[in-house]
Amino acid sequence: MKLTLKIWRQDGPRARGELVTYVVEDISPDMSFLEMLDVLNEQLNAKGEEPIAFDSDCREGICGMCGLMISGEAHGPEKTTTCQLHMRSFRDGETVTIEPWRADAFPVIRDLVVNRSAFDRIIQAGGFISVNTGSAPKAEAVLVPKPNADRAFMAAECIGCGACVAACPNAAAMLFMGAKITHLGELPQGQPERAQRVKAMVAQHDAEGFGGCTNIGECSAACPKGIPLDVISQLNHDLRKAGAGRF
Amino acid sequence: MTELTAPQGVDADYYRVGTPVADTKAPAGPIAEKWTKRKFDASLVNPANRRKLSVIIVGTGLAGGAAGATLGEAGYHVKSFCFQDSPRRAHSIAAQGGINAAKNYKEDGDSIYRLFYDTVKGGDYRARETNVYRLAEVSANIIDQCVAQGVPFAREYGGLLDNRSFGGVQVSRTFYARGQTGQQLLIGAYQALERQVAAGTVEMFTRHEMLELIVADGRARGIIARDLVTGEIETHLADAVVLASGGYGNVFFLSTNAMGSNVTANWRAHRKGAYFGNPCYTQIHPTCIPVSGDHQSKLTLMSESLRNDGRIWVPKRKEDCDKDPRQIPEADRDYYLERIYPAFGNLVPRDIASRQAKNMCDEGRGVGPMVGDFRRGVYLDFSDAISRLGRSAVEAKYGNLFDMYARITGENPYETPMRIYPAVHYTMGGLWVDYDLMSNIPGLFVTGEANFSDHGANRLGASALMQGLADGYFVLPNTIRDYLAKGPYPKLDENSPAVAEARQSVDQRVRTLLSINGERSVDSFHKELGHIMWEYCGMERTETGLMKAIDLIRSLRAEFWRNVRVLGSAETLNQSLEKAGRVADFLELGELMCIDALHRRESCGGHFRAESQTEDGEALRHDDQFCYVAAWEFGGNGEGGMGAPVLHKEDLTYEFIQLKQRSYK
Repeated sequence: MKLTLKIWRQDGPRARGELVTYVVEDISPDMSFLEMLDVLNEQLNAKGEEPIAFDSDCREGICGMCGLMISGEAHGPEKTTTCQLHMRSFRDGETVTIEPWRADAFPVIRDLVVNRSAFDRIIQAGGFISVNTGSAPKAEAVLVPKPNADRAFMAAECIGCGACVAACPNAAAMLFMGAKITHLGELPQGQPERAQRVKAMVAQHDAEGFGGCTNIGECSAACPKGIPLDVISQLNHDLRKAGAGRF
Repeated sequence: MTELTAPQGVDADYYRVGTPVADTKAPAGPIAEKWTKRKFDASLVNPANRRKLSVIIVGTGLAGGAAGATLGEAGYHVKSFCFQDSPRRAHSIAAQGGINAAKNYKEDGDSIYRLFYDTVKGGDYRARETNVYRLAEVSANIIDQCVAQGVPFAREYGGLLDNRSFGGVQVSRTFYARGQTGQQLLIGAYQALERQVAAGTVEMFTRHEMLELIVADGRARGIIARDLVTGEIETHLADAVVLASGGYGNVFFLSTNAMGSNVTANWRAHRKGAYFGNPCYTQIHPTCIPVSGDHQSKLTLMSESLRNDGRIWVPKRKEDCDKDPRQIPEADRDYYLERIYPAFGNLVPRDIASRQAKNMCDEGRGVGPMVGDFRRGVYLDFSDAISRLGRSAVEAKYGNLFDMYARITGENPYETPMRIYPAVHYTMGGLWVDYDLMSNIPGLFVTGEANFSDHGANRLGASALMQGLADGYFVLPNTIRDYLAKGPYPKLDENSPAVAEARQSVDQRVRTLLSINGERSVDSFHKELGHIMWEYCGMERTETGLMKAIDLIRSLRAEFWRNVRVLGSAETLNQSLEKAGRVADFLELGELMCIDALHRRESCGGHFRAESQTEDGEALRHDDQFCYVAAWEFGGNGEGGMGAPVLHKEDLTYEFIQLKQRSYK
């Protein structure tokens, strides 16, 4: 396969960026998208041009480190992470645009690499259950009905990649936040801090410069883990109850 | 004082022998009382004094993240480092199958002692009894802690926690969260860590890489780290340093490790005097997706839990190897694990399952596409399970694994058997530590996969998560306090010779890598090293092969420093520069691994030495000669970078478990 790539190049956080065109030939359909970029980088290095910076680590779809805007879609055309996207999803001769996640709260560091530490700060604000090591009761002492455990697990599958933010026209992180609120709120262990958690996380979300939700649903459509939109309803529900002091 | 003697025979050219390791500092007494005794004897630090004591932790996986959270909760001042953009990315996250704990929920005869026994046996009697017993002892606490944090383990309809069985054992003691157990446990540790960041006890340094250890007056006192975004070289000082930087499987280039997983933190500490324990002990995992071509950047594991319901087979006849597997009748299939090991069948330990897969492919009965001269794959077939349990039950158990397989290979595993082949997955070797998890450098602690301690020559499934969290939540916090109680240690000046030397060596290395401007990329060296390691220091090893590998690595390393091309500058994000430093260290580690493999003239665990096998081709240990941990001291900078390393033996004494030749038949 042969592809024409238009890739965002930007030397640093304050440098001006631009789309640069590259042609890559001899692409195998069995390659992953990032392996295709590895091949391009080897070619650039051989020509004396600096390789394109992009993030990836586990390359098996679970660490959440990778994430590219591929022809306008977060993680590209399949419902998976960029690292698990394979070239068999593209047509020979296609032109593909590759950009970093775009959001004020995710400033570009270089080329396709962005700073997502805002997510860590949202978790710091309340995305946890306060239990010091050693103070846990016996695991078998608390029963959790299977439907609640399953829904908690579903929400906990979020990998924190940021595709939801990149896909949202408002650059909101409501799906990310809703997933955590739902994960911890479904479990008995998460109840004591439920009101405080949602208020603190939402305040931090807004302070980071993420936008608000207008129920467009691009976030859930782009989510590689298929986190459903109703976690945002859960978030709003919890926020309303917390505001009314009804937990 | 190190007395040096030359070993006999061909080995004499490669290493020297030093004094044995005298004491691992485990308390005397019955094995079930040792840990209680140690916790009691370890000095306490008054809560008011803890904030005056600082600890650097490198790595934020299960071992590092859990330790950071726990030490922060206790009130120490923690500085936590990771090279990724967030602590939640650490590669523990990719562990799929589960975590062992001796809870005996199934009432199937499990106990702390049985978990201890299984782990020592699974490690082929090359692990330290005292450490393994402690691991089994704290295993149940881990589950309690994680559940309280909100880790959504699988549950039964009654609301109780579910368990499954795993390779190498006959009880169900594995707790799991579908195929994402590592992710869920890591998110638990990550959230606990971020809670401490908010509380101000943990300072988090993301996108930072440790490039040197600072040792002053014989103690580990800090690290030199590079800010990967700005390129700034920073000095960080503390009362103690913990390395929780994971394993070094990426020395093989292709492995199930993350792209960034590396040995640099460990290797820099090794060069500063920390012994490296059993470097050649590598785990080759049996159930990975086979290599598809030269472009491949990593290998993907399919959880070993698949062997609970999948049956492994190859065609009986070579002629059938390229046929559609569904057209091969039952009578023409060889379910070789069930045939050779009737007691354990498809659930034999990983090392055995891997070696037998290799044997089948070497016999010419492998399946899948030709890669080189071989078909490198065997079938993992779920058709029996699907007809017995129904497709939806199989989907509920393994759905995400099946999806991942389909995405990567483009084949549907519900309809056609999966193809699997062994891949490098885990390194049992690592920095040598005593019972307190402290290396031979006072103040340098090593936890999780980065140390060598608990898995001997082969790790059982669902034990890595157990060890990482045991070390991080329960062991290290109790042992490091004994060291910290003697602090704070004298304030170290940033201009002192120890700090200046470490900084200068990092600066020098970075400048050198950028100035060579040769013709080959970093990746090309890494791939070539990986080929050498897989060929000669992989599943099967021979004396002549290892000697050849050592020569090849030495000349490759020389070429690297002459001919590598690293573009860009040191003052920005420069991923080629990051990789170059890591590969430079792999090029040194690879040689030590081969020397260790060469000296160990026995087959044990994942390490099969062709010269040491039984008549029917099974691994043959030599307990009379090799029942010890090989703790290697750095040989100094000789010609080409490394002098002959010095071997210190720690004899393994089995007081409670009787050494046996393993049998899973």
